[in-house]
Amino acid sequence: MKPWLAILALIWCAGAAQLLANQPTRSSERGFASSPIESLSAQTPGHATIAATIPNTGFINDLADVLLLRRYNTRLVILSTTLLGITSGLIGTFLLLRKRSLMGDALSHATLPGIAAAFIFAVKAGGEGKDLTTLLAGATFTGLLGMLLVLAIRNTTRLKDDTAMGIVLSVFFGIGVALLGIIQKMPEASAAGLESFIYGKTASMVWNDFVLIACVTVVVGWSCIMLTKEFAVVCFDEGFASSQGWPTGFLDVLMLGLAAAVTVIGLQAVGLILIIAFLITPATAARFWTHDLQTMLILSGVIGGVSGWLGASVSALFPGLPAGALIVLVAASIFAVSMMTGPARGVIPRYLRRARLQRKVGRQHLLRAMYENLERSRPAPDLPVENLPIQFDDLLQHRSWTLRSLNKLLKVAEWEDHVEASPRNTVRLSESGFGEAARVVRNHRLWELYLIRHADIAPSHVDRDADMVEHILGAEMVRQLEAELGGQELILNVPSSPHVIADAEGAT
Amino acid sequence: MNWTMFDTWIVIVGALGAMACALPGCFLVLRRMSMMGDAISHAVLPGLAMAFLITASRTSVTMFIGAAIAGVLTAVFTQWVSKFGMVDRGAAMGIVFTTLFALGLLLIVQAADHVDLDPGCVLYGAIELTPLDTIRLFSRWDVPRASLVVGGALVMNILFVLLLFKELRISSFDPELATTVGVNATLMHYLLMTVVAITTVAAFESVGSIIVIAMLIVPPATAFLLTQRLVAMIVLSVVFALISAVVGHLGAITVPRWFGFEDTRTAGMMSATAGLLFLVVWLFKLVQNRFQTQAEIPESETSAHVSPDT
Repeated sequence: MKPWLAILALIWCAGAAQLLANQPTRSSERGFASSPIESLSAQTPGHATIAATIPNTGFINDLADVLLLRRYNTRLVILSTTLLGITSGLIGTFLLLRKRSLMGDALSHATLPGIAAAFIFAVKAGGEGKDLTTLLAGATFTGLLGMLLVLAIRNTTRLKDDTAMGIVLSVFFGIGVALLGIIQKMPEASAAGLESFIYGKTASMVWNDFVLIACVTVVVGWSCIMLTKEFAVVCFDEGFASSQGWPTGFLDVLMLGLAAAVTVIGLQAVGLILIIAFLITPATAARFWTHDLQTMLILSGVIGGVSGWLGASVSALFPGLPAGALIVLVAASIFAVSMMTGPARGVIPRYLRRARLQRKVGRQHLLRAMYENLERSRPAPDLPVENLPIQFDDLLQHRSWTLRSLNKLLKVAEWEDHVEASPRNTVRLSESGFGEAARVVRNHRLWELYLIRHADIAPSHVDRDADMVEHILGAEMVRQLEAELGGQELILNVPSSPHVIADAEGAT
Repeated sequence: MNWTMFDTWIVIVGALGAMACALPGCFLVLRRMSMMGDAISHAVLPGLAMAFLITASRTSVTMFIGAAIAGVLTAVFTQWVSKFGMVDRGAAMGIVFTTLFALGLLLIVQAADHVDLDPGCVLYGAIELTPLDTIRLFSRWDVPRASLVVGGALVMNILFVLLLFKELRISSFDPELATTVGVNATLMHYLLMTVVAITTVAAFESVGSIIVIAMLIVPPATAFLLTQRLVAMIVLSVVFALISAVVGHLGAITVPRWFGFEDTRTAGMMSATAGLLFLVVWLFKLVQNRFQTQAEIPESETSAHVSPDT
């Protein structure tokens, strides 16, 4: 499974690079500069401008252009956001399971002072200050510093994860804002452009951004796939992991380091605030669909990728809408659908499972009450139980039912063909209901006997205890109980056939 | 340094805002919901945009109401997602506020033709400009409008904490016990969230959201390290908030000059000062714990670390 995934990712990246490598000829057709970087930096507002310059040949044509990635710029943006979605979906899964989803929040805010400080240093050193590598190095440095501080605060004080993250987030962001304030008043530099780190500039991504994103995707994806087991054990049971000799501290830092890498490259693409959604939403959405970690990782990557692709595509079609926000909204819609319908933990499937169990419990309570009522009304205790009509009022007193709840139960039972139509104020079990009632009572008593014999529970108390378990006794459990308790009286009383039963072949 | 009436007003507004935030912040830290302030201050964006799109006016009252509603909705949605979806609360918060923020960005882009809603202004705030916008009180004194807004928030929070102290305490530490003794823990939760939302909105409109986020968390966390008593924690955190505001503004107009720069934004420096205070207290506690541990080892060789709880 793992190598297969890795190969798939490599093919994907190779394909993407191939697509992008076609660029120069295409762009020169349209009269752009031949180098992708020059052509893009020449017109920063991105495909908003491109869409305006190309004659409008109708919406269908635009749609085809976007879907087939015909335009270089659109292709760059869509591939970048898709890759970013996949990689943040992968690492986000571990953050979610580690209950550190908001770490992305703290991390992304903690990068701001790094960006600002790197800018100041670059300008003081005589440069222009906007060199991407310097800025990202600064961002990574303070991001990692903030992350280590969160871990240090958590480990050395009584403060919890959330407070530690909040402290680092607000203080680092405050320092960043103060540094930006200084930059604004520096005579030799303009801070314009640094703001794009806060709000993102998806539409004006350049070739370098894509290469960076692709590299980080490969590294993060490869690490997540190779270290699935290690990360999983740290996420699910840190104490167990360290007792087994895993370097939990190192794995923790590595995990957060990968998250920091994704955050830093995501800053450029979607901005400081929306990258948080990239890290949290796909993973949380995937959690509703499965209980299996590997499936969840794949799903989360797919959801992230689809959000990135769809959001960027819509943004390319309607140039007024910012891509970052659209991507987040697509992811949020997927989350909403998953939360409602996801089969593993979704709200509706869970509600249905609960309703089904409740109906089963209600049915079993009703049938047992009716059966025990019939038992008690026998003239002598050793006579067989007969299926006679039962007085409604007798039944009502048997359990703490209200009139309404009992009527509702009876209605359901009649619909399920366990109760027959009978004269006023009486209730009567049907043929199948009578058999089912006997079976329910039998299971209940088997469990009671078991509890008395093996759990040392007093016979006067055993009824309630059995009541809690009997509804979920499976066939296998009942067989075990029968074997355990043995005894003639427990065997179902079916009369032997009065004639010879033909073989299956003989009957046909 | 050139201290003017302007600076006095900036410090007053900042200090009022900081103290107003520190009060409910104590309970957020105790309830492990520290990130709520951050979430709310980002999530009010669609509230602002909707208020503008519906009423087509930029009066601060409609904006305030829109933002407050969005803030309360953030808390409600977070609660729903984490309760019905069985999602970790941090993740629920992250999803809700990023979604609302994205929605807000879209709405602002739609409204951008008619209005200048600057997201940067929401984030940084313009505490330096507050003294310019004054209101005449009792036709005698000119006071900044912002000081009235955050002052009102402070009074509301003081009343909230004083009147509901017992209920807040019990429902923060033990919601089940609170329910058994007849305090509605759910109601207290939503009440606290409403107070936090109103405070956040009132304060960020005047002093910027970065002060709000920092003052909701950092002073209470600093106080939490120093004491185990709730009353002491609340008082200490208010004091720390006050110190951060005063020293923060001083720092904003002096510190950058040491390095040959112009002055910088007060909001950023205020939260940086709060962080510095936290750092000092944290290191102090670390050193103290180290000495206590060393002193205790000869007596009882069992305790490897000293728990400040006992």
